[in-house]
Amino acid sequence: MAALTIAAGTGNWFSALALGVTLLKCLLIPTYHSTDFEVHRNWLAITHSLPISQWYYEATSEWTLDYPPFFAWFEYILSHVAKYFDQEMLNVRNLNYSSSRTLLFQRFSVIFMDILFVYAVHECCKCIDGKKVGKELTEKPKFILSVLLLWNFGLLIVDHIHFQYNGFLFGLLLLSIARLFQKRHMEGAFLFAVLLHFKHIYLYVAPAYGVYLLRSYCFTANKPDGSIRWNSFSFVRVISLGLVVFLVSALSLGPFLALNQLPQVFSRLFPFKRGLCHAYWAPNFWALYNALDKVLSVIGLKLKFLDPNNIPKASMTSGLVQQFQHTVLPSVTPLATLICTLIAILWHDLSSLQPPPPGFKRFPCLSLLTSWNYGHTSPHPKLFYFSLLSVQKAGDASIFLILTTTGHYSLFPLLFTAPELPIKILLMLLFTIYSISSLKTLFRKPLFNWMETFYLLGLGPLEVCCEFVFPFTSWKVKYPFLPLLLTSVYCAVGITYAWFKLYVSVLIDPPVGKTKKQ
Amino acid sequence: MEKWYLMTIVVLIGLTVRWTVSLNSYSGAGKPPMFGDYEAQRHWQEITFNLPVKQWYFNSSDNNLQYWGLDYPPLTAYHSLLCAYVAKFINPDWIALHTSRGFESQAHKLFMRTTVLIADLLIYIPAVVLYCCCLKDISTKKKIANALCILLYPGLILIDYGHFQNIYNTVSLGFALWGVLGVSCDWDLLGSLAFCLAINYKQMELYHSLPFFCFLLGKCFKKGLKGKGFVLLVKLACTVVASFVLCWLPFFTEREQTLQVLRRLFPVDRGLFEDKVANIWCSFNVFLKIRDILPRHIQLIMSLLPACIKLILQPSSKGFKFTLVSCALSFFLFSFQVHEKSILLVSLPVCLVLIIPISIYLHLLPLLLKDELLMPSVVTTMAFFIACVTSFSIFEKTSEEELQLKSFSISVRKYLPCFTFLSRMIQYLFLISVITMVLLTLMTVTLDPPQKLPDLFSVLVCFVSCLNFLFFLVYFNIIIMWDSKSGRNQKKIT
Repeated sequence: MAALTIAAGTGNWFSALALGVTLLKCLLIPTYHSTDFEVHRNWLAITHSLPISQWYYEATSEWTLDYPPFFAWFEYILSHVAKYFDQEMLNVRNLNYSSSRTLLFQRFSVIFMDILFVYAVHECCKCIDGKKVGKELTEKPKFILSVLLLWNFGLLIVDHIHFQYNGFLFGLLLLSIARLFQKRHMEGAFLFAVLLHFKHIYLYVAPAYGVYLLRSYCFTANKPDGSIRWNSFSFVRVISLGLVVFLVSALSLGPFLALNQLPQVFSRLFPFKRGLCHAYWAPNFWALYNALDKVLSVIGLKLKFLDPNNIPKASMTSGLVQQFQHTVLPSVTPLATLICTLIAILWHDLSSLQPPPPGFKRFPCLSLLTSWNYGHTSPHPKLFYFSLLSVQKAGDASIFLILTTTGHYSLFPLLFTAPELPIKILLMLLFTIYSISSLKTLFRKPLFNWMETFYLLGLGPLEVCCEFVFPFTSWKVKYPFLPLLLTSVYCAVGITYAWFKLYVSVLIDPPVGKTKKQ
Repeated sequence: MEKWYLMTIVVLIGLTVRWTVSLNSYSGAGKPPMFGDYEAQRHWQEITFNLPVKQWYFNSSDNNLQYWGLDYPPLTAYHSLLCAYVAKFINPDWIALHTSRGFESQAHKLFMRTTVLIADLLIYIPAVVLYCCCLKDISTKKKIANALCILLYPGLILIDYGHFQNIYNTVSLGFALWGVLGVSCDWDLLGSLAFCLAINYKQMELYHSLPFFCFLLGKCFKKGLKGKGFVLLVKLACTVVASFVLCWLPFFTEREQTLQVLRRLFPVDRGLFEDKVANIWCSFNVFLKIRDILPRHIQLIMSLLPACIKLILQPSSKGFKFTLVSCALSFFLFSFQVHEKSILLVSLPVCLVLIIPISIYLHLLPLLLKDELLMPSVVTTMAFFIACVTSFSIFEKTSEEELQLKSFSISVRKYLPCFTFLSRMIQYLFLISVITMVLLTLMTVTLDPPQKLPDLFSVLVCFVSCLNFLFFLVYFNIIIMWDSKSGRNQKKIT
């Protein structure tokens, strides 16, 4: 009998949650998938059929390999399992090949790799102290955190419907953070370095990591009041960290260095030719900037301030992936956004030379807004990370809820097909209702003021207008981009507001570490 | 945590599972000339919308009864008419007379699936939520867990949303559940009205009618036939008659109309075997000709009688629920009209008492495999299993008291003092049945049956299911018969 209880008996709630969400993911297999499905099939084909020297040069398909080498090796390993499902998918020339076995294999590979994510969540839960013991299971911070992470709406929508491999990458990120909290710094650094070579987009978190490791690992002692003891700097530790990063990078980029292909690899990894607002209009600060520009240009045309001939024809709202010029406001170059981002990050990196953990946790979230090109998986990586904070402090919880709700809503345009409409609405409601009610119960006080409540409730009518009312109006032909624009701008407002709130709380709140130690 | 938040989340999970299962293919997809049950539903919308009421049940040049003729009571026809009006608004091609035969499109599939979801949301799900909230003597957490398990029941989801069998099973089951709720909470008139609606929606609900009748009769007797009881009896009779008249009004105008409808509802000339459904006949027919021993009707009545008599003499909510199960099981096992989806009717009361009917899934398996529903079947069954096990820790609660068999085993021990291993026995039986089920599933999916016995697996499945159902029948009857007044006052389990 004991053998049968496996994961689902005797109160092992974590396994039940993990199994439950895995079953839900299996049910999502026949849903709509985007071009990212073909992207990964193509990469399977490339890594399987071509030698390494061709991997970053192959361009039969428009979806060229643009992730770092570790991901390419990952696809290579997967392709060896894929050949037992359907040999045809591994042919580079089979563009847009998607037999039922291919679909099954790809979907299952995503579900399977999520094991790493589940493990990472398990480790993160260990880092959360259950201060309020003796309460019901569903009110414990560990339980709430597990649900918020395992059943995350963004992950389900983007990974298991739209199709991507974010799950195990977030797993790596969360695991490295967990290791840092468990004071296993070398492991954490190693895992993060590995992550960077899987998906280089996590580079924006790297400065924060660097500063944190510097502060808490390289400076081995603190003064009694918590600030740095400058003479406790340990060169050995710095060098060992550097060695770890160097070794990982060597493993990853080494073969390509030997083949003299590094410039080609880098040009694939950092395609700065791509526009400011990718086809999807990620809801960040630049969305607001673009919207303002668009509005001003329309007004300008009406009031005859602007000459129609001078305005570039290609509108950045048409959904194409190119670089664009702004009409009224100064055009933003890639370099400019990079500088803005760095300034935003470094400001609190420097201020983090204060006692460790609490400060550290917040930067990567702050940098989310001002980055250059986010693609469509925009805010939610940080949300995972922010979930850790949300179960520990009420203030963080309210910021998290605003971020997560608006961030998740901004993913709606990703799934534009009719059969998926009920799924995204149901899952969104599920996650939102759970997160708000569980955190409210945990902290036993209202988390939003009237303005925030109003804003969040406004998402409902917005959705009704965009998806149910708009398609039947005459504006659909004239301004087809309008729902997308409204969604992005509305969400950008919320995210920017949350950003400011977070910023303020980091700067104003006293270092929690101090009060903790005393 | 506040109850309503949790209940909303449970309902949302149920809805999500239902919709994701509905993304799969339906019965008869792309299989002319007859297609499947999906086409039957579409055809009924066509018939009810385009033809006058008098012609719905009659064979005519416009209405070929051989091609999915209407064979459910009038309420189903009215429901189809309602859906047809909506369909006309969206795309008249879907229900155009004659030309829309075999119409299949993505949009139409969405429309049909949506109608099922809405019907579910309006009738079945509120009944489940209310039912769980009205359960007495258990904590909020257990009520929510009950609701989750009932809403995740795979049989209903797969049939209605996957296979798309004569759908809207949830409507008739929902009405029946409202009936059970009403009658258990002493709203007898509303309960009987709801149950009449259920019968008028699908005639298979008649399987449940005997316990209803006995329970209500028992209540009348308890109140005293000379006073309040008689008043109640009269009121109930009026309610039943009124609801039937209302539903059948257009068909009461001519005797021929009424008879034709009845002929369509109860086709007495249909054969015995249909799809090798599990019942005593199919299973034991292979081994011994049991029908030669006793007439079928006698066997049926013998299995029904004890529980029903007990219910009349001692009406109680708990006894009522258990009797529902055993009656439905009896009818199914011994009945003449065989239709494998009728097993759903057993599932409803069994869910009510929440003892896991895993063997029911096994029984439905061959049907579901026909429509490529293996993945949703496996997933939903596992989800249901996990939900039940986590919520109720069933592997621990197998002492005699919790299996509600205490009084029974005490009685037996008077004669056989060594009869102490009952709970252990039941644990092992459960284990064996689960293992058998899994093995048979695997075999059916992976292996091909030997050439000499092409139906080996189906028959095996039937046989095992039959054994399971017989066991349940005996088990429930034991509980009913040995349930005493003092037993009711003890702490309620689950």
